[in-house]
Amino acid sequence: MNKVRKLFYSKKVAPYVFVCPFILSFMFFWIYPLISTGMMSFQDITPTGTDWIGFNNYKKLVKDTVFHTAILNSFEYMALTLVLLIPFPMLFAVLIDSRLVKAKGFWKACLYVPALTSVVISGTLFRLMFSEYPTGQMNMLTSALGLGTFKWLKMKATGLSALLIVCCWRWTGVNMLYFISGLKAIDTSLYESADIDGASAWQKFRYVTVPLLKPTIIYVITISVYAGLSMFMESYMLWAGPDSPNNIGLTIVGYLYKRGITKNQLGYGSAVGIVLLVIALAINMVQLIMNGTFKKEED
Amino acid sequence: MANKSSNPKEGMGMTMKRRIFSVLATAWFAALSFIIAFPLVAGLIASFRPGTELIRRGLSIDLDFSTMTLDNYKYLFGNNVDSQRYFMWFKNSLILTFVSVVLTLIVCYFVAYGLSMYEYKLKNLLFFLVIATMMVPFEILILPLYKEMITLKLIDTMAGVIMPGICSASTIFFFRQYMIGLPKELLDAGRIDGATEYGICIKIMLPITKPAFAAMSILCAMGAWNNVLWPMLVYRSAEKFTLPIGLNTLLTPYGNNYDVLIAGSMFGIIPVFIVFLCFQKYFIEGLTAGAVKG
Repeated sequence: MNKVRKLFYSKKVAPYVFVCPFILSFMFFWIYPLISTGMMSFQDITPTGTDWIGFNNYKKLVKDTVFHTAILNSFEYMALTLVLLIPFPMLFAVLIDSRLVKAKGFWKACLYVPALTSVVISGTLFRLMFSEYPTGQMNMLTSALGLGTFKWLKMKATGLSALLIVCCWRWTGVNMLYFISGLKAIDTSLYESADIDGASAWQKFRYVTVPLLKPTIIYVITISVYAGLSMFMESYMLWAGPDSPNNIGLTIVGYLYKRGITKNQLGYGSAVGIVLLVIALAINMVQLIMNGTFKKEED
Repeated sequence: MANKSSNPKEGMGMTMKRRIFSVLATAWFAALSFIIAFPLVAGLIASFRPGTELIRRGLSIDLDFSTMTLDNYKYLFGNNVDSQRYFMWFKNSLILTFVSVVLTLIVCYFVAYGLSMYEYKLKNLLFFLVIATMMVPFEILILPLYKEMITLKLIDTMAGVIMPGICSASTIFFFRQYMIGLPKELLDAGRIDGATEYGICIKIMLPITKPAFAAMSILCAMGAWNNVLWPMLVYRSAEKFTLPIGLNTLLTPYGNNYDVLIAGSMFGIIPVFIVFLCFQKYFIEGLTAGAVKG
């Protein structure tokens, strides 16, 4: 008994005791579910039993036009969030970090507040704002601009805009904070020498700020790709459930939820999940290779 | 005057130009903040009007005080079924947040300690696995985890909601980054003084890791308070719902509950808001930790 005690307290065993919770959690809540969903994707699971059906779920997915819509929607959404949520927050960060802006702390806090609200609350507010009645805020805005009123959540283009507006509303401030912290890490003497060389504000931004912000940009791209591809709750809240007219708000995870939870087809839902996983990993790999992250780690 | 130009060659024209730019830039952020604050302010104004108006007119931005009443809030704090249910959800959210933050911090601190303070064979592999778990979106795991929770009879329990998230990879990562910078000599000093490995971890290293705890507790609390998808799948009975899930059930097409929905939504933001105002610094620290080092 004493020997066991001594071993438990030794420097050799202690680290394993410390990381033990991670190993357990990793096995039970990561590896096991991952393997299980991989297996389920080859099965047909009904209340009466489980059948191995090989690649049938995937074959069905290839022909499933609703799934194609979901993939297309998720990709459009992800690509547009990258376009909207990287350059603009970066410019805002550069601007607010300069000495030009007064009361910086207050503006930063204001821009950050949306990220504090639950997606249920923000989704509810935006659902009301995108009301199809002429008294909804968005319709009031568009009719004031002479564009007339829209049935926002019933058409593809306006539905996607609604999702993007919610997304920009919630994450512009957060991404700006990421870029501000990236800017803080840049050596100010670089700007001083650029000044001496007579660089314009744009040249300083293009040749000093952007290259040195690269690690932050990569980080923001990575989280945006993941968040964009796996977006679901925003759409769930805007359309009060996983269903939307003509599936205009259906995303990959939305389809996984609809098949796996609503229709209780765990096998087919799992196949959707595996496709999403492969897409996410592939994009991540391409992105890491393009940015030379692997090379940097080697030397 | 904020413009402290050290360059004597800069004449009056330059100063004027800077001032104009400064006013323009500040105005730009004021406008942006206004747009961002708009939905929440509109929600707040609407919460002083009957909920039935929400369906007919969307959010109200009519600032006519004579038509605004405290009725929704009186009802929310009144002694009625809806109020009791709302504060039950509120209480559930507080308890769930507290329990999951405490457990997450303790567990992640220990794991990160094991990953940063010792040298051993499997260390790099284990750290790689921590990173690997971040590469898989959680949403992919909801179906198998849901099935697993049914098998383990953890559906409709707090344990089922909390357990899969306790070993949060990003929290472990943050703690590890913080602890790697701490002097390892402290460990040897502790050993010489006769402290055990676990004693060193708790009595010597934990106190100097406090700033990391501050940053992570706020970020974890925010995540737990606002979490929807997983608790929504695990909880079945209405008396166990958390606030976001409960509010979501009020969102019916008939709108008979919109009084509670709008006032309750606005009141539900308050705890988060207070925490944010008090600990803003830690918040930003925890949030941006991963962005600089990459």
